Amino acid sequence: MEKNNPKSWLYLLPAILFLGVFLVYPLIDVFVYSFEEGYNFASQTYQGVGLYNYSYVLRDPYFLQALKNTFLLVIITVPLSTGLALLISLGLSSVKALRQLFQTVYFLPYVTNTLAVGLVFMILFKKTAYTDGFINQILGWFGIGAVDFMDGPYWAKMFVLCLYTVWIVMPFKILILTSALASVNQEYYNAARVDGTSSLRIFARITLPMISPTLVYLVITGFIGAFKAYSDAVALFGTNLNAAGMNTIVGYVYDMLYGNSGGYPSYASAAAVLLFWIVLTVTCLNLLVSGKRN
Amino acid sequence: MLQELTKIFPARNKKSGGEVTAAKNLNFEIPDGELVSLLGPSGCGKSTTLNLLCGLLKPTGGRIFFGEEDVTDLPAEKRGVGMVFQNYALYPHLTVRQNILFPLQNLKGAERPSKAEMLRKAEEAADLVQIGELMDRRPGELSGGQQQRVAIARALVKMPRILLMDEPLSNLDARLRLQTREEIRRIQRETGLTTVFVTHDQEEAMSISDRIIVMKEGAVQQMGRPQEVYDEPASLFVAKFLGTPPINVLRGTVKGERLYIGEEAVREAPGVPEGEVLAGIRPEGFTLCQGGAFTCALKAVEVMGRDISVVCTHPALEGETLRAIISAENLAQIGGEKVRFDLKPGKTFLFRPDDGERIL
Repeated sequence: MEKNNPKSWLYLLPAILFLGVFLVYPLIDVFVYSFEEGYNFASQTYQGVGLYNYSYVLRDPYFLQALKNTFLLVIITVPLSTGLALLISLGLSSVKALRQLFQTVYFLPYVTNTLAVGLVFMILFKKTAYTDGFINQILGWFGIGAVDFMDGPYWAKMFVLCLYTVWIVMPFKILILTSALASVNQEYYNAARVDGTSSLRIFARITLPMISPTLVYLVITGFIGAFKAYSDAVALFGTNLNAAGMNTIVGYVYDMLYGNSGGYPSYASAAAVLLFWIVLTVTCLNLLVSGKRN
Repeated sequence: MLQELTKIFPARNKKSGGEVTAAKNLNFEIPDGELVSLLGPSGCGKSTTLNLLCGLLKPTGGRIFFGEEDVTDLPAEKRGVGMVFQNYALYPHLTVRQNILFPLQNLKGAERPSKAEMLRKAEEAADLVQIGELMDRRPGELSGGQQQRVAIARALVKMPRILLMDEPLSNLDARLRLQTREEIRRIQRETGLTTVFVTHDQEEAMSISDRIIVMKEGAVQQMGRPQEVYDEPASLFVAKFLGTPPINVLRGTVKGERLYIGEEAVREAPGVPEGEVLAGIRPEGFTLCQGGAFTCALKAVEVMGRDISVVCTHPALEGETLRAIISAENLAQIGGEKVRFDLKPGKTFLFRPDDGERIL
């Protein structure tokens, strides 16, 4: 095979064109936009180049709120969903009866429309003039007063958002972890049993190291996914997220572009670039930590 | 030390229904400090037997004794067995040292040695199998033979009452297999551990063991010292299973206490009732003889240096060809279309054709 056959470029052309126009060019353009000050959407002109967009975004209370929300979401849901998924997968791989059924049940959220799920969550938690909502009813049995989860205190809204996110992302993690657990050679467990290893130690010293690459993968993709959260919040709290105080960074970017307060591609770009750096840093930290352990 | 009574083991229900009896009514006693091979073809229940011994499987019936102690209901970890698995089952994320330490770190309470003690024991075990310089490597960086040694060291480190080995040599290449075989023998002699060794390779079993137990379809066919089992096989199956090249089997009849193969009376058969028999003749059981009683059609002669292998055909033969191994000094005498042999007395066995039981 010749290495620099011009024909090969011909074969690559469709993909290069497509990716170039729709992926690479916009990516570069976002960086460019984020430095153009006073950009006018109508006349497509700008007044100068500098860091003003960044300083605006970083001082915008809506962005700071979105930043806080996103970070809370990430810190709470990623460990929680991964941990729960691990527990459930361990359970799934140790039960024999009804395993298929359980697997299907746990996988259902994955194939369900997120907006539909959001609606269901909203109905479960919503407090209206006529009813306190299903969850509040249950809380009432334990003597806990009704809380307005959808339109009430910040922590209540955050709780619903986190619960919803965990619920949505778990099926995929369970799926991946069950297959990782199943791929651990049974002979290791046999060897450990003959040597009298306690099940806790088997888990800590054999199972966990064996599936750790999968866990690292899940945590990293989980972080990235949670940083990109937007549709979850929309599904629960509607499109006016700033008013609800539940906006996320991606939501903020969207609002700056197309929302009611929209029309500011420069601010949106600056926010998007900030998100990019955050995700990059966190992912690098993740890889560093997991790399050190191995 | 290891006395074993009946073990019935059916009811491993496959989904298709019908149970598999992997081991039926096994009865054998393994003398203390000996190396015993469980020998048989694939699926004969030898690995199942080993798993029953180490406690990974529960028997359906029968008892297992280690010495005087009934261990049938003891879980694997309380039996004090060391096991070497076919694929070694070394933990890939741990170093050799950590692998060897692993069983010791499982011990609890008074049994648990101090850290220094553990390290010393691990060193000892590693020295015994001569892998002292590999302690800080990971299993993935070792050759098959070295991994094998680590697996043995791991099984030995807690001083088990019995060492169990499940086809430990099957993943090694031919040369290494030979070398490791001797190594296992040496380690077993040095430690004096009662060892049960599972293999389907008869040569391996013959060369390494104090005793071999030949199994077929979950039942013991014969137990004895390797040479005994070879010289006095209890059944056609055992006779066929041991020895390379394999034993020659011919259809024959007994008339008037004489064995006839075809028309020729080839040997005496004292005390054998008249009727059809199967005659098993070891390849080395032939002597070339001008006026020999047994005539075959010559097909080929294979020269092997010290010996020659005479390949013949005979109408009464079960299987394709008959092989006779004779001394190379006789090479000059072979020629023409026919060869005539006399049969050595101790190398010919008679079996019942229906169930393969030994008659003579």
